[in-house]
This record gives sequence, C-alpha cells and structure tokens, in this order.
Amino acid sequence: MKGRVLVVDDDTALAEMLGIVLRGEGFEPSFVADGDKALAAFRETKPDLVLLDLMLPGRDGIEVCRLIRAESGVPVVMLTAKSDTVDVVVGLESGADDYIVKPFKPKELVARIRARLRRSEEPAPEQLVIGDLVIDVAGHSVKRDGQSIALTPLEFDLLVALARKPWQVFTREVLLEQVWGYRHAADTRLVNVHVQRLRSKVEKDPERPEIVVTVRGVGYKAGPS
Amino acid sequence: MTGGGAAPKSGKQGGRMGRAAGPGRAFVWFARLVRSGRLLQDGSPGGPVLRLLVRWVRRPLLPAVRLWRRNIQLRVVVTTLLMSLGVVLLLGIVVIGQVRNGLLEAKEKAAQSQAAGGFTVAKEKADASAAIGGRDGDSGGGKTQNSVNWRSDLVEQLASGGPGAFNVVALSTDTQDVASTSRAPRVSGGVDFSSVPADLRSAVAQGTGVYQTYAKISYTGATEAREPEPGLIIGKRLNDIDGNAYELYYLFPLTQEQQSLNLVNGTIATAGLFVVVLLGAIAWLVVRQVVTPVRMAAGIAERLSTGRLQERMKVTGEDDIARLGEAFNKMAQNLQLKIQQLEELSRMQRRFVSDVSHELRTPLTTVRMAADVIHEARGDFDPVTARSAELLGDQLDRFESLLSDLLEISRFDAGAAALEAEPIDLRDVVRRVIGGAEPLAERKGSRIRVVGDDQPVVAEADARRVERVLRNLVVNAVEHGEGRDVVVRMGAAGGAVAVAVRDYGVGLKPGEATRVFNRFWRADPARARTTGGTGLGLSIAVEDARLHGGWLQAWGEPGGGSQFRLTLPRTADEALRGSPIPLEPEDSRRNRERAGAPERKEGGQRLSSVPAQPRPDRPVLPGAASPAVGAAAAAVDPAALPGSGARVVPRPSAERHTNSSGRRSGDSSGQSGPEGRDTAASGTDDEKREKHERHGAPDREDTVRGR
Repeated sequence: MKGRVLVVDDDTALAEMLGIVLRGEGFEPSFVADGDKALAAFRETKPDLVLLDLMLPGRDGIEVCRLIRAESGVPVVMLTAKSDTVDVVVGLESGADDYIVKPFKPKELVARIRARLRRSEEPAPEQLVIGDLVIDVAGHSVKRDGQSIALTPLEFDLLVALARKPWQVFTREVLLEQVWGYRHAADTRLVNVHVQRLRSKVEKDPERPEIVVTVRGVGYKAGPS
Repeated sequence: MTGGGAAPKSGKQGGRMGRAAGPGRAFVWFARLVRSGRLLQDGSPGGPVLRLLVRWVRRPLLPAVRLWRRNIQLRVVVTTLLMSLGVVLLLGIVVIGQVRNGLLEAKEKAAQSQAAGGFTVAKEKADASAAIGGRDGDSGGGKTQNSVNWRSDLVEQLASGGPGAFNVVALSTDTQDVASTSRAPRVSGGVDFSSVPADLRSAVAQGTGVYQTYAKISYTGATEAREPEPGLIIGKRLNDIDGNAYELYYLFPLTQEQQSLNLVNGTIATAGLFVVVLLGAIAWLVVRQVVTPVRMAAGIAERLSTGRLQERMKVTGEDDIARLGEAFNKMAQNLQLKIQQLEELSRMQRRFVSDVSHELRTPLTTVRMAADVIHEARGDFDPVTARSAELLGDQLDRFESLLSDLLEISRFDAGAAALEAEPIDLRDVVRRVIGGAEPLAERKGSRIRVVGDDQPVVAEADARRVERVLRNLVVNAVEHGEGRDVVVRMGAAGGAVAVAVRDYGVGLKPGEATRVFNRFWRADPARARTTGGTGLGLSIAVEDARLHGGWLQAWGEPGGGSQFRLTLPRTADEALRGSPIPLEPEDSRRNRERAGAPERKEGGQRLSSVPAQPRPDRPVLPGAASPAVGAAAAAVDPAALPGSGARVVPRPSAERHTNSSGRRSGDSSGQSGPEGRDTAASGTDDEKREKHERHGAPDREDTVRGR
C-alpha cells in the first residue's frame, strides 16, 4: 500500500524516526516543522494522510488541522502528548479523524495509518437511503433533495456504517472497530465527537437528530427512512 | 421621736396603701399558683398541666430570650438602665431623708420652744390666779365660773400668739365628766380635739413632762371644712386655777413642710427619671459605637469565608476600633494573597504536569520507536546485542507505564482529574478486565471466578477509571495468588455497588492493609516481581475511587489471602453509607473459626428466623467462599468505614457452618489455638450482634428491591 504521508512535527528527532518507520512500512513521508508552513507543504505534496503534532511553533496543530479540513477531506491523525479529555476533544473537533497519544509504538502508529488509508480501497456500487438522505457509496457522495453535502471520508464511513444496517444499534465500541479499525481501544470520545460533527452537517436540527439517533445507554443507530 | 419616720407621709398614706394592694395581691395569687403548681407537679395528675403552662408561658418569651442572648447592645443598655435606676433610687431615698430630717428638726425646735413658752405662761397664769383667788377668798360658784372662763381665755390667749402657725387644745384629764362646762375641751382654730391621739393623752396624763408626737390634725366646723393635715402635737399636764389637772396641747400643722417635701420628691423623681433615661440613651450610643464596627467585622468575616475575598472593613480614625479594622483588613489581605498564591501554585503545578507530559513524551516516543526498530532487527545482531535490545524494549515499557502513572498521580494531586460518569454495568467492565487478565492467570495457573453477576450491577461511573481500578486489583490478585483461584464478587444494595477481588495467596500482615495504598509501597522489597508494576497502581486506584465518591479498601491475613473491595455510589451525587459486600470475606480464618460448635447447634433455628434471601438462585460455586455470597451481597455492611483504610470487622454469618471444610482448612487448624479461645469468649456478644444485624437486614433488602 503506497501512501504519501505529511509529517508536521517540530521535533526533528521524532520526525526523522517517524520517517524511518514510515519508509520501512512503505510509505512516502515528507516533513514540515513549522505550523505556518504546514498548509503550503500540504498543498504542495498533496498527501494521502497527515500526521500532525498538536503543539507546534507558529500555528498550533489545531489551527493547522482546521485549515486543512477547510480545503480537503484528507485523513488527519493527531499526535498528542496530552490524553486529557479537553485536549483530545478540542483536537477532534477541529477536524482530526483520529489521534494517537505519545509515546506510541511504531506498530500502533502504522496500524492506525493503514486503517485511515484502507477505506479508499473498497469501491462497491451501492446506494443507501437514510432518513431523507441518499448515499452513493461508490461515488462517495451524500445528497439531500439533490443537494450534495460535503463530508470527510471518516464521517462518510460513519454514516455508511450506520445506514447499511438501519435496524441495528451500534455500540461505540463496535463503531470504533468498524469505522476506525480498532480492536481494543476503548476510547469512545472519538465516536462521540465524530457523531456530533456528522450531525452538524447532515441533520436539519442537530439538537434534535433524525438521521443519527442516540440510543441512550447503548449507542447510535440510523434514523427511520 | 419614735413616729418621726411615718408622720410626714401620713397624708399620702392611704393612697399609697391602695396602690400597694394591687401588686401585693398579685404576688399572693402568684405564690398560690406556684404552690399549687408544685403540688400538682408532685402529685401525679397535674404535672403535664404545669409543664404545658410553663411551655405556653415560655413560648412567646423565646424570641425575647434569643434577642437577649444575641444582642449585646440590648444587654448593655438594659443593664445600664437597671443599675442607674438602682443608683438613682438609692440617691433619692438618701436625699429625701436628709431633706425631711432637716425640715422637721427646725420645725420641731421652734414648736418645742413655742410650746414650752406657752406651758410656762399657762403655769404662771394659773399660779397667779390661784394667788389672787386665795387672797379674794371667793365663793366656790364664782370660782367655778372663773375657772371656766379662765381656761377659755388661756386657750385664746395662747392661740393668739400665732394664728395659723399653731392651735391650742386644753383637755381635762378626767374624761368622765365631759359634759361639765368647766371641764369641756377648749380648742382654738376649729381643731377637732380628738386629733390628739390616745397614746399621747395617756402619756401626758400619767407623766409630768412634755410629750410630743406626730399625728394627723383634723378640723371641725361647718364654715371652713379643712382637710386634715399632718402635724406635730406637743402636750403637758398642768393645773388650772382650781388646782384641777388639765392637759394643754400645742398642735403645729406641718402643711408647709409637707409641701416642700413633696416638691423635693417630685423634683428628685423627675431628675432621676431623666438621669435613667439619659444614661440608657448614652449607653445605647456608646455601645453602638463599639458594636457597629464589631457587627460590620462579623458580617465581612462571614462574607470572606464564603469566598468573597475582596471584602474589606471601612477604617476611620485611629482608635481601637480602627486598629481592629486595620488588623482585620490586613488579615483578609494576607488571606487573599495566600489563597491566590496557592491557586497560582496549583495552576502552575497543573501547567507543569502538562508541560512535563509533552516534553518528556516526545523524546520518549523517539526512543521507543528507535528501540522497536532495533528490537525488530535483533535477529541480525550477535547474542549480546540482541539481549541488550530486548532489555531496552522491556525497560522502555516499564519506563512508559511509570511515566504515565506518575503523570496520572500528579494530575490527581493537582486536582485536574475529571470524572466522566455515565451509567455503566460493572459486569461488562469486569468481563473486559478478566478477559485482559486471563493470559496472566493462565501463566500463573489460577482461575478467575465471577460471583454475583446474575443481575445488572449498574452505577454512574467513569468506565475508563473503574476498569483501571479493577484491572489493577485483578492483576494484583493473580500475581500474588500463588496459583490459587481468584474470586471476583459483585453486589448491589442500598445506593451502593461493590466489587470485591479475593485471592488466597500470601495475604497481608497486620497493618499492611492500609499501607498497600501508599505510593511505591512493596510488601516485601526482597521479593522479585514477576510483572513489572510501577508501585503506583493502588495509589491511583484509590484516587480513582475517591473521585467517584467511593471507597477502596483492603483486608488480608497472613497466609490467608486478601480481599480488595471497591465500593461506588450508585449515582454520582449520592453519599456512601455502606457496602453491599463485607470487607472481611466470609471464609476468612477468623470467621470460619467462629463458625464452630455453637454455630452448628443453633444454625438451624437461626436460619429459620432469617427471611428468605432475595436472590436464592445465586449460583453455588465450589470452594470455601461461595455459600456466603448470597447474604453478603444482599446486606449492606453498616460497619464499613469510608476511605482507603482497611478494617477487620467480625461479621458472623448463618451460612458459614458449611465453610469449615474447604481447601484452606489445613492451615486454619494449624494456627487456631489462641484465636479460637478469643472467639469463644466473645461468642455471645457476636451472636447478639448477629441477631441484631439480621433483624436490620430485611428492611434494607426491601429498600433495595423497591428501587
């Protein structure tokens, strides 16, 4: 699996080590150490995935993530030294698809990167309906009354996973496994934040969701069609 | 001068007596009431009535009493009023006494000299008349006529000396013959001769000296109906021209003196009243000066203590109150400064933790990745380098977990740990934990059994933290369980849920049950650790439990294993009162010993008195622990203490007569000597307590089921 990965990290030693590991796994890493230059580098290299350190000189990781998200749905994985809820949630809300807490093992990092890149390799012509939304899985588009709604790949995956089995209630753990590709990571904050972001885009009234419905104490399910 | 004190007031005497009658009667009534009340109280039927009466009287007084207790200003003013009233009264009495004595003394002297002069004149006249009469040798009838006129003349003559200032009365000593004209009383100025008191008359009649007394002088005569007035009466026995004895009295009215005295009385009373009122007002003002700042200080101190640290007292002047205000303000200032410093310190600490977290973790990540790359490639190395790579990787794992534990602990210390509580079923958490611990248990040769998971065990808790606590407990139990089984017990009752992890390993020595939660504590420093714990696991677990408002407690006995119990409130805002699982397990050595002979005798009877357990279908597992679980899970442990401290609570149970057999009976019999005697001695107490607890248990179970 070839993939260009943009590493945004100011710690040169870590960046170099990340480069060694990524190259060893067959990725093509490129590096930028400054938050101000990150967006230019992103436009230049057009990576398949961004590894983004949360604390950067110049613009911080959250700002960079927001800028990238504003013009692209490329998966962003945050590298964070803080596992506190606030930091994680702020990072995820700025648009990151996933985060990984330092110190991490190379295998864990590679597994996450692979999981983020894998989804682009499953084109199957399929049309799903959820609520008043029409999802074209292969075309990677979501439309309401012919109007297309822009979703990031991860949000799209989340919506598709729910729409494929509208009768099923998904626990957060199951969603983590199906959408993010985790086995044992029990951090359900990831799911909560992304469901909220998805709702803000697809729901008519995010306060009263009809597409992605919360089943209290269990998890989420697709709303009635 | 025996009657000196009473006489001048005699004009007011009647009125005063009338006024005094009211309170006096009231007092008598009250005394009778009290006496009857006491009688009622002593006698059985009336006691409650009086108490009711007292309460009824006291109730409206309570606000006043409270005001009296709380209001120093009122107290000072009332005290000042009472004291100044006393002083003024005393002063008034003394002054009035002095004035009266002065007035009367002067009057008395004047009256006495006047009377003495009169008496002398009367005597001389009588002697002169007698001499003339003797020389003339008049007949008896003329003499009598003469004597009649003589007395009238005498009285008139004497009285003419001071009309209005005094009157004169002449009375015959022999009162039997009043009708006789010669002996009839002669009076001047319309005075009623009966004004002269009988006491004085008899004294005058019997003695030869001058006698005097104070009495009320009344008047006769239709023309001028004068009010009786106080007066001084001076009398002496004399002989008239016939040699007959008669009494001559001088009556001096004291109206002027009485009026002066009344004036003085009124003046003093008015002045006294003013003084008392003014003193009260002054006291009120003075106390207010002191009390107002004190009250202000109290109010501001209260506001300070509620957290409004910027509150300050207003300081004016340089007096003591101002000094109090300054000192108070200085104290508040320093307090505010200290609190700000502490807050700043706490914020810095949190910041530091966060920074350390980042600064330490980034290089560690690099090292970690490098080590993993080297570890992957160790096949190409010579054995020494390969082993080094392995060691590097292992120790990095340990370093990582130590670092994350340290950061977690410092996060607790900084108060930065946040609870994300939601309703979770602890059975799921336990399942996950056991799933994670199975590989280790297999290596150790232990089995992990779960008891009490037939019903949901739901509590508002942070799943991540609870899982961390339980993982820690289970891994510890497996690690120290010496290959024996580990029992995870769950229970829910009365607003609390609990998970207890029981192992049958080396156990804990006395006193170690509290120390296990200390940071970096190790049971036996010399003992090799098979899995690299950080020494912070239980400390973090305690903090996690505390964050939930729950308890984490340990129990253990040497060689008999240990039990760690996590108790959590069912909802986050509920306070824990007890735990559904006793801290000391039913199969502890002590409990099994107590479940000896007496238990077996009474067992059946006692069981019959115990209400049916709410969950009789609890699975009965093989092994020593299981039979007691039903009762243990159902009843709240009322003796459990909050906090992390361990407590060994003797907790006998009806079911334990089945417990004496089992895999650990060998070692218990080996050491049961002295302990056995102890428990036998205290057996009766325990039975009583047990019965008591059993009586309490059904209620609690009902409430649990009712929820």
